[in-house]
Amino acid sequence: MIQSDIHGETPHVGTQDDDLIQLLTVTGERVHHQTYSSRVAHLDTEALEGLYRDMVLVRRFDTEATALQRHGELGLWPQCLGQEAAQIGSGRALAAQDHVFPSYREHGVGWTRGLDLRKVLHQFRGEDHGGWDPAEHNFSLYTLVIGSHALHATGFAMGVQRDGDVGTGDPDRDRAVVAYFGDGATSQGDVNEALVFAAVNDAPVVFFCQNNHWAISEPTERQSRVPLFRRGSGFGVPAVRVDGNDVLACYAVTQEALERARSGGGPTFIEAVTYRMGAHTTSDDPTRYRSRAEEDYWRTRDPIDRLRLHLVAEGTAPEFFTALDAEADAYGEQIRDYCRSIPKAESSRMFEHVYAAEHTLVESERAWFTEYEAGFATEGAQR
Amino acid sequence: MSENTGTQRIPMAKAINLGLRRSMERDDKVLLMGEDIGRLGGVFRVTDGLQKDFGTTRVVDTPLAESGIIGTAIGLALAGYRPVCEIQFDGFIFPAYDQITTQLAKLHYRSRGRVELPVVIRVPYGGGIGAVEHHSESPEALFAHTAGLRLVSPANPADAFTMIQQAIASPDPVLFLEPKARYWDKADVDVTAADQVLDLGGGNGLHRARVVRPGTDLTIAAYGPTVATAMAAATVAEQEGHSVEVIDLRSISPIDFDTIADSVRRTHRLVVAHEAPVFFGAGAEIAARITEQCFYSLEAPVLRVGGFHAPYPVANIEEDYLPNLDRVLHAVDAVLAH
Repeated sequence: MIQSDIHGETPHVGTQDDDLIQLLTVTGERVHHQTYSSRVAHLDTEALEGLYRDMVLVRRFDTEATALQRHGELGLWPQCLGQEAAQIGSGRALAAQDHVFPSYREHGVGWTRGLDLRKVLHQFRGEDHGGWDPAEHNFSLYTLVIGSHALHATGFAMGVQRDGDVGTGDPDRDRAVVAYFGDGATSQGDVNEALVFAAVNDAPVVFFCQNNHWAISEPTERQSRVPLFRRGSGFGVPAVRVDGNDVLACYAVTQEALERARSGGGPTFIEAVTYRMGAHTTSDDPTRYRSRAEEDYWRTRDPIDRLRLHLVAEGTAPEFFTALDAEADAYGEQIRDYCRSIPKAESSRMFEHVYAAEHTLVESERAWFTEYEAGFATEGAQR
Repeated sequence: MSENTGTQRIPMAKAINLGLRRSMERDDKVLLMGEDIGRLGGVFRVTDGLQKDFGTTRVVDTPLAESGIIGTAIGLALAGYRPVCEIQFDGFIFPAYDQITTQLAKLHYRSRGRVELPVVIRVPYGGGIGAVEHHSESPEALFAHTAGLRLVSPANPADAFTMIQQAIASPDPVLFLEPKARYWDKADVDVTAADQVLDLGGGNGLHRARVVRPGTDLTIAAYGPTVATAMAAATVAEQEGHSVEVIDLRSISPIDFDTIADSVRRTHRLVVAHEAPVFFGAGAEIAARITEQCFYSLEAPVLRVGGFHAPYPVANIEEDYLPNLDRVLHAVDAVLAH
């Protein structure tokens, strides 16, 4: 097959809607699904408004961070624009004790873990390689080398098994682990090895693949001849394909996968079909490789719009949206103020935590650098 | 168990086996993982009998994927475990190179100390056993260059017994390089369980070099498989009237430069021997540092003896590639001639 250069409404590999699990249509109508509808039946209007609020505030955070990069306050920003439903829907299905290994675009998942997203800015302002305590929210640091963390998630899940926190039936004890990655990552050996290790060990891990159609400039056709979720069966891992712009469907399929993991049923592969509405990062220029028509098509499938249409149709009052806009504006101001107040790293930081225990080479280099720096202070005083 | 106490005359492979056993008895978070380490006991039998005694959740036969072994070990460490991974042969470590250097070495730093990665990677390394390609390499320099990793290599059974336990107790990742050609060398080892061996900073510390033979005319620094070669060279040199001091470095990251410098200030001459290629090897680093620190004590340039800048050769000529007794003596003569 010759790769098509026609974008727009030409579907990429296997993006036909009829392949997808969907509970909320593009126009905001609830649809029934034999398996999954029951998993969202308990979500009342207030809960749906909560999911909507999550998505709006995460998008505001993402938009502010993008603007901060344009203003020179951040070195780089990887946007999650367009992927809010996949991230909020799956994230809100997690229990507090579940552990997440994110890639680097999972700001929405971090939000659902209770992480103060402003801490994510430290890394992209060049002041930290992380910025938060992974144990505090069961949310590991971002991983920039694509797919590496799928193995960490699997190993962590093997630890959960050894702790005996699988299949006890205690909803506060049984734990699952989730690895988030993208379509490009599915080509990495580490992701495939993670599926092997998870499968043979029945590890309580969920592989949540956000197929956003683009690995920087390479469309999903360059990664796979088959829909990504079909990879699961080759590993013996149950797999589902879900409309990644449908927050309810993402919630439902993730909840099912998490229950399977926590109960001892082993791993699940979820392909959430979504779209990277923004650039790969602020350094990227998507006009070089994809069409306006394609972007316009996906703009009509915006994950936030469809839930808003649904809420309006179900009678959510205009005041809810007005109040949320005000909340988002206030949040935006907090983000901007916080970003500019992030303290600058001291040079001596480079020697800290290279090792947990003393390493004589690091200590001797630290001592040399300290003396070298002090020499400038003395020199300055003499002038 | 009778094997728990007293002094036994055992080969290095058995000493490591007992050290692993001690560590597993001491801490139930210690677990072993690798290819063929369970039912088979490892291709060198280093883990023989451990799966039988500790079970399949603590001695794990993994899928045949080195990156997967190290990557899942990282996850297990993040979950509070202390994985000890076996890479079956030196030349098979490279599928895991990314996980080791990019992830394992850096996660403590990236998290600013919030997470620790107490992972040990055991690697049978070095040549001299007549093996096919990829089974005789010495890749230590490639890892010593990466901050965040510790590298050690025992040269005798007693050190192997102690150092494997120290490595497992380390809060940092450790590459534990086992000189496979010495696996069957026997020596007396006190295998009594002793918690004081876990004192990493003491005189018996994991990263301390040791003068294993005192001398006055020249120092040979070696580690792992070449310590025995250096000792043999010292014996021959003595017959020729030269007093050679031998240092077993024991640790490659960090290197105990103080012990080498103290020696060189007394002997004024230094030869470094290792199986790895000399180009960008540990010997190059030692030569540079000792020249910086001991320039006025040196009577001759520091010479290195080691592998050539060529892939490890076919087994039938490996003796000419390795820094054997003749080549070490050749360097000793050259340095003494200055």
